[in-house]
Amino acid sequence: MTQLALVIDLNVCVGCHACVTNCKQWNTSGAAGALADAEPFGAAPTGTFFNRVQTFEVGEYPNTETVHFPKSCLHCEDPPCVPVCPTGASYKRKSDGIVLVDYDKCIGCKYCSWACPYGVRELDEKRQVMTKCTLCVDRIYDTNLPVDRRKPSCVLACPPGARLFGDVHDPDSEVSIAIRERGGYALMPEAGTKPSNHYLPRQKSTLNLRQDELYRSDNPHRIDGAPFEQNLPPIVEEL
Amino acid sequence: MHPALSVLLLTTLIGAGQGLFITMVVVELLAAGSVRPGFFVGGTAIVLVLCGLGLIASFFHLGHPERAWRTATMWRTSWLSREVIALPAFMGAAFAYGVAHWTGAGATLAIGVLGSLLSLLLFVCTGMIYAAVKVLKEWAHPLTVVNFTTMGLASGACLATAYAGFAAPELVGALAKAAFTLTALAMVTRGAALLRNAQLRPTSTLQSALGIRHPKIVQKTQGSMGGSFNTREFFHGKSAAFVRGILTAALFGAFVLPLVLVITLPILAFVVQYAGLLAERWYFFAEAQHPQNLYYQGVS
Ligand code: SF4
Ligand code: SF4
Repeated sequence: MTQLALVIDLNVCVGCHACVTNCKQWNTSGAAGALADAEPFGAAPTGTFFNRVQTFEVGEYPNTETVHFPKSCLHCEDPPCVPVCPTGASYKRKSDGIVLVDYDKCIGCKYCSWACPYGVRELDEKRQVMTKCTLCVDRIYDTNLPVDRRKPSCVLACPPGARLFGDVHDPDSEVSIAIRERGGYALMPEAGTKPSNHYLPRQKSTLNLRQDELYRSDNPHRIDGAPFEQNLPPIVEEL
Repeated sequence: MHPALSVLLLTTLIGAGQGLFITMVVVELLAAGSVRPGFFVGGTAIVLVLCGLGLIASFFHLGHPERAWRTATMWRTSWLSREVIALPAFMGAAFAYGVAHWTGAGATLAIGVLGSLLSLLLFVCTGMIYAAVKVLKEWAHPLTVVNFTTMGLASGACLATAYAGFAAPELVGALAKAAFTLTALAMVTRGAALLRNAQLRPTSTLQSALGIRHPKIVQKTQGSMGGSFNTREFFHGKSAAFVRGILTAALFGAFVLPLVLVITLPILAFVVQYAGLLAERWYFFAEAQHPQNLYYQGVS
């Protein structure tokens, strides 16, 4: 069975909000109607977003790390938001595991948002229906788009490529490999929701170079046959 | 959680109505024949008015009230859906009970027992709406169901006492004793829940919410500057002193004062208790700490 999901690399995200902007742009222009925006240019703008980037400071000054944390519906495998819905407006698709809200059935009772531990469902104040990330269900299957554009808007927008999209049930997919090999984890595992979206942790990147690696056969500046020392890069004084 | 007035009104109004209905049926069971049918007809009218008002209030909670009929469809999984079915079923039985007494059609006791069962079922549905939300640990406990039932029964019995003052004065003494007992019982069960909740420790932490183990994490932005649905729906936005004040009002209004008043001044007892239960319901929402709040701790 397919379970589409996002994998978000916290080591790569720079907190630019491009995903937020593109998500809003795509989802406010769709057939379902515009996402509310109250006072967009006022002092306290507020509105509906399917995806938000939050920022946290981890550690004690001066040893702090700034972590940008994109957050949207995690398309849980065991979503508590679905069974509580009295109208059946909230549902999880069997075919690809996407959790969706049928805007024509939703009565805006907000019960589903109480059941979700992550605070990713937002009632649209204008339309008075519950809204949330759809994994851009209206573009990922659109055969009018070139194959490489059939991805969620946030994934396409992310400049450093911090967002991966794919089937987490397929062990050979890009997302499954990333989760497996780069320590992908789920949010609040204790809630028992089995989120499909995963996060890749921060990593300390260090570059270890041994001297002999500079004297490689594929080094274009190598002087053939010269002794080892002569083939090392010049030190500053020599320049 | 943010307490919504519509839900406070709905749960307190129908609770009193359900309690009043059960009290009437118990009266019929114990003192059949000695009470004139007018008592039951008038009482049923009060039950229906209370439930009707509750129903109207509940519509203000919905974004799309015109689609409310859809809420009856998911009764297999949703307690909210079950409540939506149980409430009209109870009101239907209450209506039939009143009509049967009015017309003298008989079978009143059978209808009354059926209505009482539906009333209890409705208490269970209402309580389970909250008790079934696993992430809200303050609610996810059988005591939630127990409390909706005991507090509804207590206010219904208080109301029955007040009403009997007009409709069946010979019952006032016995009903006042019942109201006193039920109010005391409600105080014990609600008190047990308060004590339990005071000892709760949250299961989720900022560390598990982000998957970052460092003990010191401070939020700097939350993806919105003017607030969002998440800051409006899940925070009560009042000071700790205000919340404590409401709790005091709830404990005195819903339990202590009615216990003092119900024997001598049943009408006042009911009014004070109803106001106290509104405060209790407000506190019930305010005391529930939603784990999503971990993601909404600061904007700078
Ligand atoms: S993240 Fe929340 S809204 Fe999304 S599927 Fe899980 S429980 Fe439902
Ligand atoms: S707000 Fe809409 S989707 Fe959510 S539980 Fe209510 S009817 Fe279902």
